[in-house]
Amino acid sequence: MAELTYREAVAAGIAQEMARDDRVVMLGEDIADAGGVFKTTVGLLERFGPRRVRDTPISEQAIVGAAMGAAMTGLIPIAEIMFSDFFAVCWDMIANEIAKARYMTAGQMALPLVIRTANGAGSRFGAQHSQSVENWAMAIPGLKVVAPATPADVKGLMAAAVRDPDPVIFFEHKGLFATKGEVPDGEHVDRLGTARVLRQGSDVTLVALAAMVPRALDAAERLDREHRISATVVDVRSLVPLDTQTILAEVTRTGRMYTVEENPRLCGWGAELVSIVAEERFYDLDGPIIRITTPHVPLPAADALEDHAVPTVARIVDTVVRTAG
Amino acid sequence: MTSSSDIDGSTRFALYRSLLEIRVVEKRAYDLFLHNLVKGTSHLALGQEAVAAGFAVAMRPDDYTFCTYRGHHHTLARGAPMVGVLGELMGRKCGLMAGKGGSMHLTSVRHGVMGSYAIVGAHLPVAAGAAWSAQYRGTDQVAVCFFGDGTTNIGAFHEALNLAVVWKLPVIFVCENNLYMEYTPIASVTAVEHPAADRAAAYGLPRVIVDGNDADAVFRLARDTIAAARAGGGPALIEAKTYRHSGHSRADPAKYRPPGELEDWLRRDPVTLYRTRLLEAGISEAALRDVELATQGAVDAATEAAKASPPAPVEVVEQDVWSDGGSAWRN
Repeated sequence: MAELTYREAVAAGIAQEMARDDRVVMLGEDIADAGGVFKTTVGLLERFGPRRVRDTPISEQAIVGAAMGAAMTGLIPIAEIMFSDFFAVCWDMIANEIAKARYMTAGQMALPLVIRTANGAGSRFGAQHSQSVENWAMAIPGLKVVAPATPADVKGLMAAAVRDPDPVIFFEHKGLFATKGEVPDGEHVDRLGTARVLRQGSDVTLVALAAMVPRALDAAERLDREHRISATVVDVRSLVPLDTQTILAEVTRTGRMYTVEENPRLCGWGAELVSIVAEERFYDLDGPIIRITTPHVPLPAADALEDHAVPTVARIVDTVVRTAG
Repeated sequence: MTSSSDIDGSTRFALYRSLLEIRVVEKRAYDLFLHNLVKGTSHLALGQEAVAAGFAVAMRPDDYTFCTYRGHHHTLARGAPMVGVLGELMGRKCGLMAGKGGSMHLTSVRHGVMGSYAIVGAHLPVAAGAAWSAQYRGTDQVAVCFFGDGTTNIGAFHEALNLAVVWKLPVIFVCENNLYMEYTPIASVTAVEHPAADRAAAYGLPRVIVDGNDADAVFRLARDTIAAARAGGGPALIEAKTYRHSGHSRADPAKYRPPGELEDWLRRDPVTLYRTRLLEAGISEAALRDVELATQGAVDAATEAAKASPPAPVEVVEQDVWSDGGSAWRN
């Protein structure tokens, strides 16, 4: 096991797949010479050359559209959209074209491609560079959606995304780039559509994604230590496909469910989970399901404001203590 | 311009056959609307046949076509079966996409028709991507991307042109300028007189305009431009001047056109123009009649076969979202 940062794991996952398969190519703004504005693609140009690692103009529609055209004709492109907020300028390509092409053509084409993007808050970049938009992607039939929380998951899920025959939206969290973790040596390939139980407790189940996962884990420690509340923590990891069985099993065991979501409130990913649990495990619940989310506001820039908006460890703990009773 | 000694007889017959097939199928599609056998919308290419025929005949079978919601002509010109096209318009099981796409999304990958795209401009970057793939794989395939005059005012047009030039991609962008963006004259909403050609200079490309109603002229230009792109010369932008004989879509009676305009263009109808050209070149009336009767018969047979096909089966609704054939999003 080697210790890597989250950002190093991005490059490690991509490198593993590029070394294995010549069809894998990359394109995006500042990804080649500069190694990515978040330094997530450092060393890839040097190792794989300018034919396979290509800088593009600031043309998000061209980036994602070209990835689509390349994917339908035999390549496996990895396109980077620098900030997930910029999905809005190429949403036609993602939501109308890439997501629907296989379906509309009755399976005549496959689109094995990955769109990577830096998602989420923590950098004080304001409302157009800090959003969590995983729920946008989740709402479109035809897109697979993953959002890893650890370096090991970044590498393993990146490999799985590249090998998947369908379009995968890969959310890297800006607030986690500097975090470190053990990553298995040698080839590491994970599975899409699998949640992971990180901690098992007996009183409540916290279901979290991406940067909310370490916060849920910290909250669980504090709940245990300070309030004698025993919490399970599930990392959803993959929104589409969604591992409902793992989540349903953990919610059934504790009888209480909390989602911890960075996306703004309305139609956040947790809302779908709540609906599934309400339909299928209603009589196993010991109390209301509670969603802990960013309020339904654009994200403010100032550190004190951004910190207040996004769910914190303190807010998770307070909410659980107040309601788990 | 009418000199055609450089185009051999079999090519000229192929062009005429393609023009006719598109013309007869499009007229049939219109008749089928009137009988309520074609639902939804449809955007006919009556009058624009020569652009499709001229390019398709010049393309290699493994070259890629990308087109728009007005794409019946390009799909047919690449050899997609008429029964599949008519069946798709009618929502039948025999449709090219089993009824899941409809008129605006005709696709036949095995004929190189990589999709008809109904969001204006979207397919230009996609075509650039297919060309990038061909360049990367070293197959010397060329992508040809057709679009309307209205597309020249949307961002994706400019993003695709710029990327294609910077990466020197084997892609040919072909603007079918039929004078109207939907219901509005293109000239009244565009900063330059020639919406595509006058923008070429912005991307360091030559300004190329062709008579889009002259199948020989289109074929000749297509042949040369495709050869250049295949040889690594990079992209091209072509503006083909043409005219649609009907409205923008099924819903549009095209009353905004000035009196006499349609009649002027009908005098330059691409099908009759080419028929006259072939007669002048010494092809017999009887030979032309043979092609025309055969085409009419083939369209009649395809129409009957499509009508006889069962409706699109409802099982397909939840199929082919994913490559495993299904649509499951949870376990």
